[in-house]
Order: sequence, then C-alpha cells, then structure tokens
Amino acid sequence: MTDVAAAVPGVLAPRARFFPALAAVYRAQLSRARVARIPLLFVATFQSVGIMILMRGVVDGGGGSEARAVVAGSSVLVVAFVALNLLAQYFGQLRASGGLDHYATLPVPPASVVLGAAAAYASFTLPGTLVTAVFGCVLFGLPMGGLWILAAVVPLAGAALAGLGAALGLLAPRQELATLAGQLGMSAALLLGVLPPERMPDVIVWARDLLPSTYGVQAFAETFAPHPHWSAVVLDLGVCGAVGVLSLAVATWAYRRAAVR
Amino acid sequence: MVCAVRDLVKTYPAVRGRRGAPALPETRANDGISLEVRRGEVFGLLGPNGAGKSTLVRQLTGLMRPDEGTVTLLGHDLVRHPERAARLLAYLGQESTALDELTVALAAETTGRLRGLGAREARTARDEVLEELGLTAIAGRPLKKLSGGQRRLACFASALVGERPVLVLDEPTTGMDPVARRAVWAAVDRRRERHGATVLLVTHNVIEAETVLDRVAVIDQGKVIACDTPAGLKARVSDEVRLELVWRTAPPLEVPAVAELAPRAAESGRRWVLRLGQDEARAAVAAVTGGPAFAALDDFTLATPSLEDVYLALGGRMKGLVKS
Repeated sequence: MTDVAAAVPGVLAPRARFFPALAAVYRAQLSRARVARIPLLFVATFQSVGIMILMRGVVDGGGGSEARAVVAGSSVLVVAFVALNLLAQYFGQLRASGGLDHYATLPVPPASVVLGAAAAYASFTLPGTLVTAVFGCVLFGLPMGGLWILAAVVPLAGAALAGLGAALGLLAPRQELATLAGQLGMSAALLLGVLPPERMPDVIVWARDLLPSTYGVQAFAETFAPHPHWSAVVLDLGVCGAVGVLSLAVATWAYRRAAVR
Repeated sequence: MVCAVRDLVKTYPAVRGRRGAPALPETRANDGISLEVRRGEVFGLLGPNGAGKSTLVRQLTGLMRPDEGTVTLLGHDLVRHPERAARLLAYLGQESTALDELTVALAAETTGRLRGLGAREARTARDEVLEELGLTAIAGRPLKKLSGGQRRLACFASALVGERPVLVLDEPTTGMDPVARRAVWAAVDRRRERHGATVLLVTHNVIEAETVLDRVAVIDQGKVIACDTPAGLKARVSDEVRLELVWRTAPPLEVPAVAELAPRAAESGRRWVLRLGQDEARAAVAAVTGGPAFAALDDFTLATPSLEDVYLALGGRMKGLVKS
C-alpha cells in the first residue's frame, strides 16, 4: 500500500433502495411471462378446469359444501401450481446455473429480489384463478357475487405459496430436488385441497391443516355460503398472511445463504 | 493501486461420489495468489480452463470468501465486507440465466435500477449504452432469442449501465464476431479515458490477451506463474520461435532431418508444433523446404512466440488456451 489513493477508501456507490429495487425486479419478472410463462399459465388453468369437469361427474351442483370445496380448491390450485411449483423451479434453476451471481453482485437488498419475484409469480396466477373460479361457478351453479374475495385470496395465498416455493427452490441442494419439492407441494395442494375435509380421516385432515393453501381454499369456499362467516374468512386469510410473512422471511434468508457461498 | 490481493487461498472440499457421479478429491483452486492491479489499467488473468481464474474472480467480487489471504479493492477490505464489492465494481459473469428471458432494453434498465440508479437515470443510461454498443436495433428482443455473441454483448451492456470505477469481466467476448469484439474494447477504452476506469479481464484467449491487456497474470493450477506486460512476458522467450509444420499425410520420418525434429514436436493430427532457437529453426526450415521432405509438406509457418508459448515455457501444464 504505497499508493496515496489506497490510503483513502474509494467512494461507495449508493445501494439500490428497497421499494424501487422491488419494483424493478417485479417488472422484469412480469415481463418474463410474455416470453416463458403463458403456455404454463394455460396449463395451470386447463388442469384446474379439467379437475372441476371430472368432479362434476360425482358432485352435485347447486351450492352444496362439496361443490364449494371443489371450485375453491381448483381455483387456489392455479396459485399453487404457479407460485409454489414454478417459483421453486425458477429459483432452483437460477441457483444451479449461477444466475444468482447477477443479483449478488448488484447492491440490491435480498428481500427486494425474493419479494419481487414472489409478487410477480403470484400476479401471474390472477387471470387463471379468475377464469377457473368463473367456470366453476357456472358449472356447479354457485353465486358469483363473492368472487371479489379473490382480490384478497390470490395475494395472500400467493404470498404464502410463493414464499414456500422460493424457499424450497433456494434451499434444495440440487436443482432436481427443487423441482421435485415444487411438484410435490403442488400435488399436495391438489390432493388435499379440492375435497371437503369432513369425509377425510384424521391424519389426512392434519396434513391438510399444515398446507398453507388450505386456508386460502377455506376462505374462498366460505364466501359461497348464503351467509358467510366473515370472521372465519378473515381468520383463514390471516393465517395465509402470517405464513406468507414467515415463508418469505425464510426465503430471503435462503437467498442470502445461496448468493454468497 | 486499485486492487491488491495477498496470499489468497481457496480450497474446495472433496465431493463424495454419488451414483453416476464420480468422487472429487479436495481441490486447491487458489494456492497463495498475490497480485496488484493499478488504476486505469486493463489487467488480465490468463490461464486454461480449470486454472483457478473464476474462483479468484468470485473472491474479488464478494461472491465467495477466501479461506486465507486478503483482498483490498479501492481501500476496502472485501474479505471482511464482501457486500461492498457490489458498490465498487460491475461484474460480467459467464452466465446470463438471470437475464435470459428479458428484452435487451429491460435487462439493461433493470440492472441499472438494481445498481441504484433512479428510474429516469436508468433509462437514459440504458439508451446511451445500447446506442454505444450498436444494440438499439435489437433492444426489444429477448436475450434468449439472440445468438450467443449478441447475448453476450447484451449482458456486457447491462454491466455498463450505472458507472463503476472497476469492471470485472469474465471472458466477455466469448462467441462474439469481430465487430462486437471491437465494440466491447472501444467501450472499455472510452471508460478508461473518461473516468480512469480499471478493468480486470479473465480470458483464455491468447490473441485477445496480447492485444488488449496492459498487464497479465498467467495462472496455472491455482498459482500465478508470471505477471508482467504481454511484451515483457514474450521477451522471456524471445530467443525462441514457433515453427508449425503441416504434413500432407504422414511425416517423412525416413528423412534424417525430420526424424531428428520428431521427438521435439507437439503433434496434433498432421500438424507439428515446435519451439526452437532461431538458428535451429532456420536450419529446420531449410531442411523441410528443400530436398525430399518438401514433397510431404503441406504448409509451414514461422512465428514469433505468443503468450501461449510463454505459458508453456513457464511450465504451464494444462491444455486449453485458445487462439482466435
């Protein structure tokens, strides 16, 4: 260190601030939908619509609890498919291919990257969820007046499932395991989410209670009732929100861990 | 001085074999590396694949912590504060997966935003850089749909949005055509003139190293085996010349002069590469271009030594340097 310049540390460029960075990541991720995600969104919606058609064969229309559960479960399944499964795959792939280096060498808060990606994936699901819900209401003769609740269900269930997906993708030691975890999570949401819990054995009900998507399904299903218990809806959405905060915090921690090895 | 590295050691732990994947022993990727980079210079790290260049760069950019040693960048201790690297340098890595599905314009703009620029600043900087690199015409296309060289240039553009005093470029011109390469080096030169930017370049391309670098550290198996200007390095082997012989079919070993050269030749197919003293080379050329050997000769070239010869003369043992 003979140089004078070395004695005075160089000026550090400013960090990117949290919200502008979040907005930039969100916008960039959303634009990826045009290139890469539209076919998958179609698959997600088609899958849910298909399940409802299948279930229509055994479940009566006209607003019974089974019909409500099927429509709510299929709609939230779109969120699980995209936010949990696809986001786990995305982060798994990004981590395995060294793509995280790009973000890690920019002065951006880790939470901005994770939240921006999670928010974008949750947003992708909104059109598919809406299409599924409307189709389900027509198919099973359910009232559509309560569909506005999707404006709360999609972001909150989306936060919980996207946080889980991001954490799985970033924590999985290998890319294949991230993909596998995402698929299993989505399968669980499918198998445990679309039928009412009353007929299930206790063990299955406990497993169902552990799945964050369940609370989104319950909240949505409740709003089809003639006189919904709004306190139950708020409570279920509160659970989604709390799981969302927790899982996104874990995902942010996992991102930091994955970015600097 | 911009960057000082002292006694850097990084060892990757052994990997146990899984089904289908062989076990890897412990690897000392950086084995006591020390170097100094001066302000405003283009400093190169030259070595074949697997020499430890990228491991070194990952430690210089705060992506990896060294096991031992110090890294000082513009007076900041990067071993203690790796997160400061992102505020001091711009890094162009080898992977573009984070940007692949974005358009060229959005990749550049988003990177600028994440480098701390405001919305308007980022857009202005984006437009300037895309114009400078001749990317304006393809600004609306996703990186994924571009050729390898264009994609690399788009990633380079992203690295330039939001000026930094230090640029760390890991094989920036891979896959680029000569026009794109010239655009890259012209952009680098402008930043040196305007802001005295310092460039740390990783390359395994000896021609590029000879033409663009001010100084170069030759890295082999985790160690710096030489560090000097390209001309200075070449002067170390200036008493030698490189003779390349290409035979039509098999080399005419029945000719005594050819048989004598055979043990000293590095063979690849019909091609022989020989590093000889000047007098020896003259004699060898006379022998193969006159008499019976000439009938078997397809082509020959005589050249002054390149950095590849320097690498070999210094004891470099790995293959993989590129000349193009």
